[in-house]
Amino acid sequence: MNPALLIIFGTIILSSLLGVFAGRRVPMNLENWAVGGRRFGVIIIWLLMAGEVYTTFTFLGASGWAYSKGAPAFYILVYGTLAYTLSFFILPVLWRIGKKHGLHTQPDYFIHRYGSRGLGVFVALIGVVCLVPYLELQLAGLGFIVNIASRGAISAPLAIILSFVLTCVFVLTSGIKGAAWVAVVKDVLMLVAVGVVGLGVPLIYFGGVGKMLKALSASFPAHLVFPGATAHMDVAWVMSTCLMTGLGFYMWPHMFGSAFSAKSAETIKRNAIIMPLYQIPILLVFFVGFTALLVVPGLSNPDTAFLSIVDKAYPSWFMGFVGAAGAVTAMVPSAILVLFAATLLSKNVYQAGFNPRASETTVLRLSKAMVLVVMVAALVLTLFFPNELVKLLIFGYDGVSQFFPGVVLGLFWKRVTRTGVWTGLAAGEAVVVALIVAGRDPFLGLNAGFVGLAVNAALTVGVSLLTAPKRAEAAG
Amino acid sequence: MRKGTRLALIPAALPFLALVFALPLVNRREPFVLGLPFLLFWIVAWVAATPLLLLLAYRLEKKFNPPDEEDRP
Repeated sequence: MNPALLIIFGTIILSSLLGVFAGRRVPMNLENWAVGGRRFGVIIIWLLMAGEVYTTFTFLGASGWAYSKGAPAFYILVYGTLAYTLSFFILPVLWRIGKKHGLHTQPDYFIHRYGSRGLGVFVALIGVVCLVPYLELQLAGLGFIVNIASRGAISAPLAIILSFVLTCVFVLTSGIKGAAWVAVVKDVLMLVAVGVVGLGVPLIYFGGVGKMLKALSASFPAHLVFPGATAHMDVAWVMSTCLMTGLGFYMWPHMFGSAFSAKSAETIKRNAIIMPLYQIPILLVFFVGFTALLVVPGLSNPDTAFLSIVDKAYPSWFMGFVGAAGAVTAMVPSAILVLFAATLLSKNVYQAGFNPRASETTVLRLSKAMVLVVMVAALVLTLFFPNELVKLLIFGYDGVSQFFPGVVLGLFWKRVTRTGVWTGLAAGEAVVVALIVAGRDPFLGLNAGFVGLAVNAALTVGVSLLTAPKRAEAAG
Repeated sequence: MRKGTRLALIPAALPFLALVFALPLVNRREPFVLGLPFLLFWIVAWVAATPLLLLLAYRLEKKFNPPDEEDRP
């Protein structure tokens, strides 16, 4: 077995064992499964959230965008920063409500705040529809990275199936804590890989980052300002996209739910302060994409930019290291995504929608079964219908960001009503689906999700003012 | 809203102003600063400054909001 294979297999197996080990002596109940017993301190919350934010998209997508589109990629650096700034004010308030009322998931919050199980089921279903394509993207990205990094020695389906089995094992044994522990390995590997490659390739080919950027400015001047090499991604698109994704960031069911696993509101607040530091490695990923454009131009698939330049510049064992980092980078978000999708289905669709009297044990057992169902569904989609989900994936961010008015007005405005949130949310989702299906995204130069969010917010506020809040709803 | 939180919103508004609303004004290549083209430098500088701004927001809240029992770490 060559060193690259050894590194890839060794890393994914050992890190999965660590995930299993994390769950030893943890009695598995719903509280430990979904929110880690609300015991995570600043460091583990940071690692968990960074584990969710840094997906295969960091390796492939951000470098691919820098390579093929140029400056519009910079939005990736911006929106997380906006989201962390917002989270400083939103998440601690949310955490206190979650702690006080024992909430585990995002639909739990909607059910609690608006006194409507129907709304909870609706939110849960939208959440799952948005999560599954995101999970599929992780699995596909994993197969792609491992296949290229092993120079074809490990086929993509083999890599996907192996990591799928391992991920299910540590999710089922350890719940969210397993994902948090594996995230430690993942973050270290990812930072080393991005650091070495991001500073290394500009140095190897141009003698430094500054010189590389000067060369880029001479050869591809349009790449360094909006709209880059694109026709549609001008300043208005970037601004609306940054706002929409910045607001939508913590509206992802898994990001939202992770906030509940902190041990205090203070922890969440301190975490928000340090999170933006984690954006800086993305800058290095852009450098990789830019260097690749100068050194290996004309790639038919820009997502291969990162791996192509590594392949050219480094020995094969280092490719193995990048492959291992990429694989774990896909496994951690996969674990978290599948855990939350499964919990939404069991707690908020089955229990809230069909069987309110189901016991906690039943809900937990069903959650675990749903982990397998969701994973198999994503696996089948990845292996057999890789192209069917592109539109769903575009829908993902636009779809979850529509939760923003319901969540934030619910926290800070006593007048907001159930009818207002129902109307705004349904209208926002309808606008987004209509614009995407009609191929009108961007619409008048603005991101479709942003247009939906504007309609949604206006209707939520307007309809709330026209309807009277029920007494039970107003309770914070 | 408590006074400390109201004050904390001021430094927290700056990343939004700089990273979204100022973008039309900074969409330029020259001058290069610290080796980065101006647009990228502007974005990176504000991203790096955000933890400091949030730290300031944190201090303002601590100073002007009455302490909460449940906020203790």
